[in-house]
Amino acid sequence: MIALLARDLRLAIRAGGGFGLGLAFFLIVSVLVPFAVGPEAEVLARIAPGILWVGALLACLLSLDRIFQLDFEDGSLDLLATAPIPMEGTVAVKALAHWITTGLPLVAAAPVFGALMSLDERGYWWIFVTLLIGTPALSMIGAFGAALTVGLKRGGLLLSLLVLPLYIPTLIFGAEAATRGIGGFDNTTPLLMLAGITAAAVALLPFAASAAIRINLR
Amino acid sequence: MPEMHRTKQARDRYNFLWEWANPVKFMWFSGLALPWLVAATVLTMAIGLIWGFFFTPEAANFGSSVKIIYVHVPSAFMAISAWFMMLVASLIWLIRRHHVSALAAKAAAPVGTVMTVIALITGAIWGEPMWGTYWAWDPRLTSFLILFLFYLGYMALWGAIEDPDTAADLTSVLAVVGSVFAFLSRYAVNFWNQGLHQGATLSLDQEENIANVYWLPLLFAMAGFGLLFVTLVFIRTRTEIRKRRTHALELRERMADA
Amino acid sequence: MSAVELTVTDLAVARGGVAVLEGLGFRLKAGQVLVLRGPNGSGKTTLLRTLAGLQPPMAGEISLPPEAIAYGAHADGLKGTLTVAENLAFWARIHGTHEIEPALADFNLQALRNRAAHSLSAGQKRRLGLARLLVTGRPIWLLDEPTVSLDQASVALFATAVRAHVAGGGAALIATHIDLGLDADIFDVGPFKADPQAPSRTPSAFDEAFA
Repeated sequence: MIALLARDLRLAIRAGGGFGLGLAFFLIVSVLVPFAVGPEAEVLARIAPGILWVGALLACLLSLDRIFQLDFEDGSLDLLATAPIPMEGTVAVKALAHWITTGLPLVAAAPVFGALMSLDERGYWWIFVTLLIGTPALSMIGAFGAALTVGLKRGGLLLSLLVLPLYIPTLIFGAEAATRGIGGFDNTTPLLMLAGITAAAVALLPFAASAAIRINLR
Repeated sequence: MPEMHRTKQARDRYNFLWEWANPVKFMWFSGLALPWLVAATVLTMAIGLIWGFFFTPEAANFGSSVKIIYVHVPSAFMAISAWFMMLVASLIWLIRRHHVSALAAKAAAPVGTVMTVIALITGAIWGEPMWGTYWAWDPRLTSFLILFLFYLGYMALWGAIEDPDTAADLTSVLAVVGSVFAFLSRYAVNFWNQGLHQGATLSLDQEENIANVYWLPLLFAMAGFGLLFVTLVFIRTRTEIRKRRTHALELRERMADA
Repeated sequence: MSAVELTVTDLAVARGGVAVLEGLGFRLKAGQVLVLRGPNGSGKTTLLRTLAGLQPPMAGEISLPPEAIAYGAHADGLKGTLTVAENLAFWARIHGTHEIEPALADFNLQALRNRAAHSLSAGQKRRLGLARLLVTGRPIWLLDEPTVSLDQASVALFATAVRAHVAGGGAALIATHIDLGLDADIFDVGPFKADPQAPSRTPSAFDEAFA
């Protein structure tokens, strides 16, 4: 499984854009928003957690179809299905690779973008923490959606339609935890819910996703 | 032919209930039941709606706009029930591989979607005179909007996959996972809105406030919508079964040519 | 590699929910090469995918030791941005083996080892795909048209590799149209074509209404 992770990361680096694309998208969203709502620091700081969360979510969505599609097209997925690694493990590792290449850079860069959105230090911290806890769920849920649509020629748009509703609870708790934390309120509940969603998604969704992949390989 | 049945012997020990999942039996039974269902639907809906619209007194503080509950409440109820029915049908398909079950889930989705839309639209129409706005991010309204999105995704997935069994499998997996997330969204939305509309949320739990004069026709309307749902799902499932049959015949022909 | 044996009993395989082959029965023993014959679209690929466990059989039984199958299909599962050696090393690690040098040597790939896979010719890619079989360490090879885009010399390399594999106690089931010059048994799927007019033989009795 480590071999698979190493290969996926290496592929992401060699293909170029693996790390950068989502990040660039995230940057553009963070730059566009002030143009749309105006430069008042107060307004920006108030909507920043929401914008950054939506931006991270959309950036994550951008690269989802790559999780399985390329491996499906070149036959690797067939071969992985007959390999000694259980399909659940393959799915989990590929979701992890997606998180490392897409989620983690977003988490690391979020405080910087927070500065663009007039957040203060507490804002940097909470954006960082909530994204760190929440983005693994985004990758895993996305991997499930990608597994459902892997056999389809034009799966990209459908993938968004399937995955975005599934992202709603993560988004709500993530943005709420960030907002409350920044406002200086107690955010234990949304933070725990966010962590719970991530834990449950990572623990259970590989089974659903691998079932979907097996169906698609048939 | 008798030889063909050899492999099925183990499966022939169904309890009597599952036999109704046989397409042939379903077609026979649903064909027989449909006229009665249609009649019952028309009757109960007519009683519920006409009684509700024309023969209930106008409430002092609501005016005649209150009468929209005879459409709003039943459609909202059926919107959720339809999703629940799809979940159960999907599970039956995943576990027992009854084709009728998968097709019934497929057939129910557009009906459930329309029910959701009706609930949302009637809610908006009612909300305008009541609360002065067509839309508020009230937990209930938001939940229905999310439910609508789930319906859209489910139907889009059915539409995108060519092979019928693959489509049935994948949509069933989506229905199961989606149900968990829809449920989660419901609680997330409740949580999310606490801070915004303290106390002043629009409660749609009108039942408590409704006197018996309103309550009885509402029961009829709800029964009518329920029957309407069953009728439509029966009709649509029959169509789906016929489509499947046509598809199988086509495949067979293509194979015979090959 | 003891007791390497693939036994197929009364197997029916389906494509898109419709049976294509039925009543299949054969046995593949260690040291044996079995060549699958049949016209295009006769279900050879479907059969191989079913045996590889990628799709469920419609009826019948497949008995084989666990994790014995190495499946090779039209798509080689190569990554263009990885080098030849990296591609091979990846599959070796996935299968828990580590030695890729013999595989490179057997398919004459040493000179290409540091070339990116996307710069290879079709035949070279194919050779790399076949070299992957060696690093899986699996005893039973299921191959779908393995010689596509191979030249004479490469076909000979492939035949030698198969010969060495079965001599070492392995077995191979190969769908191919050309004569590999191997000491192989022939299995023609033609007589097992499912009768499209017959009543449905899907595993579920409920399907009869769809027939």
